[in-house]
Amino acid sequence: MENLIGLLVASPLLGAGILLTGGKRLDRVGHWLGTLLALVSFALGVALFANMLGKDADDRGLHSHLFTWVPVGGFRADVGFQLDQLSMTFVLLITGVGTLIHIYSIGYMEHDERRRRFFGYLNLFLAAMLLLVLADNYFLLYAGWEGVGLASYLLIGFWQHKPSAATAAKKAFLVNRVGDIGLSVGIMLMFTTFGSFAFADILPKAQEASTTQHATVTGIGFMLLLAACGKSAQVPLQSWLGDAMEGPTPVSALIHAATMVTAGVYLITRSGAIFNAAPDAQTAVVTVGAVTLLFGAIVGCAKDDIKKALAGSTMSQIGYMIMAAGLGPIGYVFAIMHLVTHGFFKAGLFLGAGSVMHGMNDEVDMRRYGGLRKYMPVTFVTFGLGYLAIIGFPGLSGFFSKDKIIEAAFAKGGTEGWILGCCALLGAAITAFYMTRVMIMTFFGEKRWVPDADGHEPHPHESPSSMTIPMIILAFGSVLAGGLFSINSSFVKWLEPVTGHSEGDSPVSAGTVTAGTMVALVIGVGIAWAMYARRSVPAVAPRGSLLTRAARRDLLQDDFNHVVLVRGGEHLTRSLVYLDHSLVDGVVNGTAASVGGLSGRLRKLQNGYVRSYAVSMLGGSAVLVAATLLMRAV
Amino acid sequence: MNPANYLYLSALLFTIGAAGVLIRRNAIVVFMCVELMLNACNLAFVTFSRLHGNLDGQVIAFFTMVVAAAEVVVGLAIIVSIFRSRHSASVDDANLMKL
Amino acid sequence: MSFPLLTVTAAVPAVGAVVTAAVPAAKRSAAKYTALLFSVATLVLAIVALVRFDPDGDRYQLTESHAWIKDFGLRYDLGVDGIGVTLVALTALLIPFVMLAGWHDADPLEDVNPNRRWRPTQGFFALILLVEAMVVLSFEATDVFLFYIFFEAMLIPMYFLIGGFGDRAHAAGEEEAARQRSYAAVKFLLYNLAGGLIMLAAVIGLYAVTAKQLGQGTFSLQEILAARGSGKLHIETSTERWLFLGFFFAFAVKAPLWPLHTWLPNAMGESTAPVAVLITAVVDKVGTFAMLRYCLQLFPEASKWATPTILVLALIGVIYGALLAVGQRDIKRLIAYASISHFGFIILGIFAMTSQGQSGAALYMINHGISTAALMLVAGFLITRRGSRLIADFGGVQKVAPVLAGTFLIGGLATLSLPGLAPFVSEFLVLVGTFTRYPVIGIVATLGIVLAALYVLVLYQRTMTGPVKAGIEGMSDLKVRELVVVAPLIALLLFLGVYPKPVTDILNPSVKHTLSDVHKTDPKPALEAKK
Repeated sequence: MENLIGLLVASPLLGAGILLTGGKRLDRVGHWLGTLLALVSFALGVALFANMLGKDADDRGLHSHLFTWVPVGGFRADVGFQLDQLSMTFVLLITGVGTLIHIYSIGYMEHDERRRRFFGYLNLFLAAMLLLVLADNYFLLYAGWEGVGLASYLLIGFWQHKPSAATAAKKAFLVNRVGDIGLSVGIMLMFTTFGSFAFADILPKAQEASTTQHATVTGIGFMLLLAACGKSAQVPLQSWLGDAMEGPTPVSALIHAATMVTAGVYLITRSGAIFNAAPDAQTAVVTVGAVTLLFGAIVGCAKDDIKKALAGSTMSQIGYMIMAAGLGPIGYVFAIMHLVTHGFFKAGLFLGAGSVMHGMNDEVDMRRYGGLRKYMPVTFVTFGLGYLAIIGFPGLSGFFSKDKIIEAAFAKGGTEGWILGCCALLGAAITAFYMTRVMIMTFFGEKRWVPDADGHEPHPHESPSSMTIPMIILAFGSVLAGGLFSINSSFVKWLEPVTGHSEGDSPVSAGTVTAGTMVALVIGVGIAWAMYARRSVPAVAPRGSLLTRAARRDLLQDDFNHVVLVRGGEHLTRSLVYLDHSLVDGVVNGTAASVGGLSGRLRKLQNGYVRSYAVSMLGGSAVLVAATLLMRAV
Repeated sequence: MNPANYLYLSALLFTIGAAGVLIRRNAIVVFMCVELMLNACNLAFVTFSRLHGNLDGQVIAFFTMVVAAAEVVVGLAIIVSIFRSRHSASVDDANLMKL
Repeated sequence: MSFPLLTVTAAVPAVGAVVTAAVPAAKRSAAKYTALLFSVATLVLAIVALVRFDPDGDRYQLTESHAWIKDFGLRYDLGVDGIGVTLVALTALLIPFVMLAGWHDADPLEDVNPNRRWRPTQGFFALILLVEAMVVLSFEATDVFLFYIFFEAMLIPMYFLIGGFGDRAHAAGEEEAARQRSYAAVKFLLYNLAGGLIMLAAVIGLYAVTAKQLGQGTFSLQEILAARGSGKLHIETSTERWLFLGFFFAFAVKAPLWPLHTWLPNAMGESTAPVAVLITAVVDKVGTFAMLRYCLQLFPEASKWATPTILVLALIGVIYGALLAVGQRDIKRLIAYASISHFGFIILGIFAMTSQGQSGAALYMINHGISTAALMLVAGFLITRRGSRLIADFGGVQKVAPVLAGTFLIGGLATLSLPGLAPFVSEFLVLVGTFTRYPVIGIVATLGIVLAALYVLVLYQRTMTGPVKAGIEGMSDLKVRELVVVAPLIALLLFLGVYPKPVTDILNPSVKHTLSDVHKTDPKPALEAKK
């Protein structure tokens, strides 16, 4: 069975290799090949899953060492895989949702002449993401971490001819690189502390290390948090996610909703032992999570671009997960559970958004939608189920997972628990508001669409079955997953051997929390209904309040980045270029010029007159003779 | 006769030669003055040879004559070719050897 | 006596240079093929040397030793350690690609009178071979003076390559191009000559010290090391420092280390892309290589004394080079500044004095050679097609020439050290190696990876993406010859990125020797150290 783990990664990697180097010959079959290899990977995942279920809960980990990557002195980085319950959960999510999105893309990208390359990139992403979750050491995890960054870069900028897409891709990569500093410094700290990169060497010793090296362990925690912030679009490194929506919609669904952006949650959960030993780092994690869940929700309320509204929502939902992961053993399991259910419903929502755009000539402004439920019934229903799931409608996936996180937040105890719990509740209310807003603006009310710039009137229509089938499957997931996971606490039992679990000590009962979330839900939906369903939606965005305007601009974070980093950086590099030329080079050229100047003066002595040379010769000889005589005399 | 007198004569001849090189413009005259200086040296060498009672000085005097002869050959050729091209034997007119 | 493999490896390109130069003026392509043949033969010999080198054997292998000028203790001593033999292989590997990439760079313009004995092509290829021979010899020499000779002599062919063969296309017109080219060549020569002369003084100083203490002066690395090991030779602290500085200055100019770097952007900017590769991927490596071999081995105490200063300069180089690369408007100058940043990393690794740092630095030399070659050569193809090196003149290239854009991106990704491509391994090793001993410097150097992403991606975005700019529409994609140049380099980048073990296995023992020369051991992990 161990050998299959390698194949799991190799299959999509092979696909990427073939599709990206195969040339035009493969244009006709490329998308099928890519989908097939994703499916193979999924099948392998299911086989491994079945095998794992057959074993005892404590004996489920599989390990496979392929080769030593970098052996230098005490530095040993291996290429080895570790498949335990946590990795397994991710493998199924990645390959499952990944395969569905491959299928969806066959239809969505049908008219794109570079479809083969698109599938190559998608396969590359799958391989890198699987590498990330299967690695048995941090060094290899880093490779996968950067690999998904590359795939994300390539896919966001897939429509490279659009300058906005190219810029967004670059921005995503750069912001992620800032986060990567965290991961690389974290890995270096691990090496200097533990002398290894392997999970097996580091995690069991984390507690012991924190007694003698407390500051270092806390430092590792902070560095991993920085990494997670970059990849999972958490404040303060969240700015790239909204722009990343420039990529094709399947990419947004797969990478920027269901899988890659949750890598930060994986990292924190995987490194749970380190965070458990570093309470300060944990506090930072929950703070980041809580801030982001509100931040993303507020941004999501103000966006008129359907994908950007969903992106704000993704940010906010991942905020929930990060917060849960920061709660320690109370929250790890629920972070992952929410991650999986979110993977279903958010992927479904994005695919739904893609379907809407597909039928609307790629229009993304929700103010130009309206009343689409009549034209796109399948999309409407699947999107609607995703909507109900995300707002936490009782009985659907989101209800179970989000509710548990809110409970866990209260269970943290003390003032901290109250603050986090209230933030989470507030977030739930805002989620209900902005998702209802999206729903109403898109599918209800009167139609508001207008001809596009070329004068084409959109003819909304349902998408082909290659697109609707994945949406239907994901809708089933959105409805059922949460319930299935909660029956008999099966998900908790499944993950507990890896992440550990404790109930915590909640000051409020579970029933009270559920009641609280219901109230929040009703308030959120009610306000949205009052604002968007009772009144007609203006086709041009009103000016809005100060907060709305700020939220439209991502709460001015981009402006801050622009002024401080972009402008500041430009000035810095420009002045450095100037200094390099005038100062560093100036010293050199100055020396050269002064030597030249001096020789210019001296040159005047060479006047070409024989007799003046003769005088100097005579004078020189006289001086020599005199000097000799003088020396003799002394 | 006091050998010192030969040395005085040598010094005098050398000074006349040096002054001639410095003062006169005509290349031929300058050239003759150079010869005068060389011969003044020869006189000194021979005198010293006599004074010290060995032949070193005389040997060197012969060397000097050979060098002087070679110099005349080259030098006169240069002067003649300069005169041909510039119609002047003035050393001040031939000042092209500068940067 | 065994077959003098090292001598032959250096002699083949030298002979090749003479033969190529002798090819008649009219038979230009014959000259090219001759040169290519000789460079491939050198590559074969270098691979043989690599295979015959036994990583677990003696420190210096394949040694040859002959007395040269007995009275001055000059010897013709050759020998390679693991680092030397891999760098010889790198040099031999890159030269054929450099030649293929520059296949038409030295073709005379059509308006030149064919009757004239005008042979730029022969000259170009002969000079490249000459540089190769000298670089190979300086990697192989184990006699300080012998090394010095080739270290300096390689400036002459390089001077002519920079000054004589510039880009055809120049925004400022032919006359201005020639002026800037000769400025760059003179600057290159003077900088390196100044460094070399200071080194010469130190070389003579070293000789004087050995002559005084051992009775017979010597330049032989092994003899000096053995004498110091046995206690016969003891260099006084202040003398050692002065001698170290003399050597280091020369190497720092060549490497180049901030603030001695300003010749590099000019030289790389004005020369053709293959020559720029020759400068940064081959010739400059002699500088960093010599730091490892001569500075650390001959002057271990002085090296440790100078370490803090050098580390800070290297760190400045890392950040400064990257920031300047961001601010460049010229593709080749951008790559030149990126190289300055990378050389900062290499020097950082060398002077961190840890096995990770030094193995990483040695590996970095190889990887940087390959990755810069890939990026620069593709950039050269791009520049030749458009007739401009200004970034602003490009845009949307990927639309018309996707393969070119793709290879350019891979070269760029290698430059920004993406995992999976070779430079990542070495850069991470250097960072870890630095971090274990100097955490603050290690962390600041990590900023370099963000800046690297910035300059690479900005370059890619401005040239390759967006709408197709005027002047780009008709651009052709890579030709077969160009693919033959780029594809193997990319394959090698991928291979060494995934499986660098064959190379690190050769490098590690040499690094171990060097570290024991300077009496340094790796710091223990904090958790073990406590116990």
